[in-house]
Amino acid sequence: MSLVYPKESLSAYPKHLSPGYKSTIKRSPSKPLIIVPHTISELTGPAYGHDAIQENDNDLTKQHKGEPLGERIIVHGHILDEDKRPLPNVLVELWQANSCGRYVHIVDQHPAPLDPNFTGAGRTVTDKEGYYRFITVKPGAYPWGNHKNAWRPNHIHFSFFGHSFLSRLVTQMYFPGDYLFPYDPIFNSVTDEKARQRMVATFDLENTIPDWALCFRFDVVLRGREQTPMEH
Amino acid sequence: MTKFKDQNIEVGITPSQTVGPFFAYGLTPKGRCEWDPNGQYSWKETIGDNLITPDASGDRIRIEGTVYDGDGMPVNDAMIEIWQADSQGRYAHPRDGKALPNATFKGFGRSATDKNGVYGFETIKPGAVAGPNGKMQAPHIVVCIFSRGMLRQIYTRLYFAGETANAADPILNLVPADRRGTLIAAKESKGGQTVYRFDIRVQGGNETVFFDI
Ligand SMILES: [Fe+3]
Repeated sequence: MSLVYPKESLSAYPKHLSPGYKSTIKRSPSKPLIIVPHTISELTGPAYGHDAIQENDNDLTKQHKGEPLGERIIVHGHILDEDKRPLPNVLVELWQANSCGRYVHIVDQHPAPLDPNFTGAGRTVTDKEGYYRFITVKPGAYPWGNHKNAWRPNHIHFSFFGHSFLSRLVTQMYFPGDYLFPYDPIFNSVTDEKARQRMVATFDLENTIPDWALCFRFDVVLRGREQTPMEH
Repeated sequence: MTKFKDQNIEVGITPSQTVGPFFAYGLTPKGRCEWDPNGQYSWKETIGDNLITPDASGDRIRIEGTVYDGDGMPVNDAMIEIWQADSQGRYAHPRDGKALPNATFKGFGRSATDKNGVYGFETIKPGAVAGPNGKMQAPHIVVCIFSRGMLRQIYTRLYFAGETANAADPILNLVPADRRGTLIAAKESKGGQTVYRFDIRVQGGNETVFFDI
């Protein structure tokens, strides 16, 4: 099976320059990108076994002596390609703020407490059905310096490796019904409403574990579809 | 296991969002960003900045560079990922019919920039690989850049100074001649080690060539 990577799909992505998010102004290419064909260098990409992944890498509540504070949640879903085929062996990495909206990173000086029982990093590899699952706590909203009274909606950062270097994706998962959506230039950098909603997880009552954890489903579609005979 | 998502609904790709400033402890924990893991959990590195495996044949090189923003200021929170063939021009991927290469050489690396905006990799100089229409491509490395302030990654390529094959490379030849130099890493020598310097200018006068792929 040979996959192709139509560029039209990328129209769902944000523009490099999205001035509402101020840091893009000096960090976006100003010259037109050069259009080049996809060669074997782009059509291949790193593949992973399970070798580096350890037990509890996907359970962020079990990486320390005690349990982290906050709402325990399950985040799970399937990784698909553009033909809805499940993608097995996808390396899924995530990082997030703790339940107070604070990252362990030294640059984060938001005056909210760190949690000695929470680092906020996790990873896993999808199974043969393209399925992944994490246990974590719901991250808090946090302020950032983009504009006056700027707050990021609750989000989890995700990184995925698909079947080639062209399907590489870093994104953020949001939570349904967040009241900060209208004010967040990063979320709104995706201008198409339908595409934007694809970054919002759905509340998954069916897989919520009674008396233990709420569940959210986040299905992800990476670039790549089956080569079809030439269309004219 | 849970039931698969409804196959009848419309599927579109998931949009990209910025990696933000705080990725280091998740993605580049052994990188040079300072952070406090604050815990006992041992985190095994999945992907790092040293690509050299014991069985990898070829010339050992270091790749190093600084990432600059549109004001010429170093970007201290960028993540650089590289993807390359082995010294014999083979990718560690099933799509490369010539696989497998030096058994454990993966050809993939990840480095965070430090507080001075500097990233670096220890690797093997790649061999030439096939290009479009049966032409060969000059030895090169595919480079992908993520950072705070980038809502999606940007792709470029690193070529090596002094390669005669550069002149006929089918991709380099699609780049205006006066900008090709931004893709050619300069060869230096540091304490007996061969270093290829590849600075990345995200914006401005000498802006690095980025590709629409
Ligand atoms: Fe964040």
